[in-house]
Amino acid sequence: MSREVILSARDLVKHYPIRTGVLRRTTGQVRAVAGVSFDLYKGETLGIVGESGCGKSTLGRLLVQLERPTSGRLAFGGTVEDLDAGAPDVVDMVAADGNRLRQLRRDVQIVFQDPYTSLNPRKTVGDIIQEPFDIHPAVEPRQGRRRRVQELLELVGLNPEHINRYPHQFSGGQRQRIGIARGIALNPKVLVCDEPVSALDVSVQAQVVNLMERLQDELGLSYVFVAHDLSVVRHISDRVGVMYLGSMVELGDEEQIYERPTHPYTQALLSAVPVPDPTLRGRREEIVLSGDVPSPANPPSGCRFHTRCWKAQDVCAVEPPPLAPRPDGVSAHDSACHFAEPRTIVETVDVS
Amino acid sequence: MSETLQGAGRPVPAESSWTPVDGRLLDVEDLFVEFRTRDGVAKAINGVSFSLDEGETLAVLGESGSGKSVTAQAIMGILDSPPGFITGGRIRYCGTDLLGLTEKQRREVRGPEISMIFQDALSSLNPVFPVGWQIAEMLRVHRGANRSDAREGAIRLMERVNIPAARQRVNAFPHQFSGGMRQRIMIAMAIALDPAVLIADEPTTALDVTVQAQIMALLAELQEERRMGLILITHDLGVVADVADRIAVMYAGRLVETADVHPIYAAPAHPYTKGLLASIPRLDQKGQELSAIGGLPPNLTRIPPGCPFNPRCPYAQDVCRHDPPPPLIEVRPGRRSACHFTDRVLADSEVEFDHTHPGAQEEGR
Repeated sequence: MSREVILSARDLVKHYPIRTGVLRRTTGQVRAVAGVSFDLYKGETLGIVGESGCGKSTLGRLLVQLERPTSGRLAFGGTVEDLDAGAPDVVDMVAADGNRLRQLRRDVQIVFQDPYTSLNPRKTVGDIIQEPFDIHPAVEPRQGRRRRVQELLELVGLNPEHINRYPHQFSGGQRQRIGIARGIALNPKVLVCDEPVSALDVSVQAQVVNLMERLQDELGLSYVFVAHDLSVVRHISDRVGVMYLGSMVELGDEEQIYERPTHPYTQALLSAVPVPDPTLRGRREEIVLSGDVPSPANPPSGCRFHTRCWKAQDVCAVEPPPLAPRPDGVSAHDSACHFAEPRTIVETVDVS
Repeated sequence: MSETLQGAGRPVPAESSWTPVDGRLLDVEDLFVEFRTRDGVAKAINGVSFSLDEGETLAVLGESGSGKSVTAQAIMGILDSPPGFITGGRIRYCGTDLLGLTEKQRREVRGPEISMIFQDALSSLNPVFPVGWQIAEMLRVHRGANRSDAREGAIRLMERVNIPAARQRVNAFPHQFSGGMRQRIMIAMAIALDPAVLIADEPTTALDVTVQAQIMALLAELQEERRMGLILITHDLGVVADVADRIAVMYAGRLVETADVHPIYAAPAHPYTKGLLASIPRLDQKGQELSAIGGLPPNLTRIPPGCPFNPRCPYAQDVCRHDPPPPLIEVRPGRRSACHFTDRVLADSEVEFDHTHPGAQEEGR
């Protein structure tokens, strides 16, 4: 994997106003994403995991510009630092408008979670996949579009003859393939996948995961893979970011996160995942977190995890720990904890 | 009589008229259910037999449309009819066939004897009544408890399922609770009458993993405490491995494999089970190849002839396509599989699944 950065985020923030009363006055802010920074490298898969409400989907929507950030920087084609240094071919995603923005939308596409609601039921599959070309006509001349759609259908493992069918004539797994075909129609460089397999049956999940891995190899795509299923994320990701209440609490290689997690939240999350092996029953270390995730409208002071953390000290309630490289026993990787230390939660077996 | 209910209304007979026969609570025999819809008859359950003992956890594993939830609804007697019809079989509870009872008799079983937790707590709870009132309803209706006793009973139940500040929150409405707390309220309702059998239909599917762990721990604790028989309906092979004693795998309305939990993970005997285990990513493995099961689960109005799994099965031969579906027969003591080639599958599994966890070999084999 080349270490060339394709997309870069710095201190990304997204607040949603809470409006109450007849005057709809803003009485508070939901801090959905509260200062997230990362780089996405070319050809890699960056997994984003966390529980519901942690801001991972909002982050995905910010990356494809479905939402505008409240503050923070986003660069495409290089890092934010490259952008400030005036490097050519690096685009400021937040400032982009007009043609720049249209080009960006071609380059960064999204696949949605729910294949049942994300496809227009009144349009045929052909129309759905062709729609991106109607908006970006330069990608494919009009005469070639129908054939291109059929190629795309074939690429994602569907029968090209089904081009005139409607979404309801397909199963969930097939619909998700249609969503993926639409996502790759414009030859994007980055594909943001928001829970792409969570709505699918277990026996179909593997088909779609394998398809996504094949497409990545064939098309050289970079993925941001947002999901709550830590097993799927481990399988598909090169690097993984763990989010809690709008912040990235740990970021590292798949191996660093799963084998040498240093943040207590990551450790608790990993320990809660059931492993399909009854011989491990009672032998797995389980860290049970008490309580629920606090409201993002009123997050705790300091480290946002301190209210549920067994390691919390006075400093944690005051000073938010920065996401910085901290030793994990073998090397060092980014973790946002004052008391970060590695702990083996998952006994990993290499079966490759 | 558990302590939960003391003081919650008039005393009920200490010994109910239901006593398990040799520890056997539930016996489902050759059950058939179909749905008569405009698009044709969907054969949702096609001859399912299993049993449940006191204190046992049976996991019913299957994908959507495999008939696992319909089985639960048939046992509970809450199948929507029409369009659903039980067209054959028996459901014996403590020796009595529930299907032969009148609706009034059925109500005396549903709740006090067999009760159920549903997947989606938000849509299962009534949004316009306080949660405490909804829990107390069980005690008022079935036990004839008065309002204040029932309310006290509801608070005790909420405390039992670890809802913090139960007394303050007894008058709160479902939307004021988080998903995990709502599922706890569902559990409180389900155990209110101290049932002998608890059916949990995908109890944690809508929840985050950390909350899932809390809920599964609570269920295990309650089961231990009350010696309940638990039927856990799920598609999650991880959850099953953690809690089940026995597993029944369903496909297209049939049981395709039943076994104790250890042998089935060590070496599945049916191609569908084998395919499922090979297709899920594992948290504790890296460099894993996912071998997906090709194709799709069948449409229940058009189940393919022969073995219903044959279009997706790597072992399928002509016999699988033409002969009637293979019966569920014993392949090893305590293990049953419905496959013409179950010996070959088992032999292959024993080789392929050998790379399980270190330490797996000394235990559970």
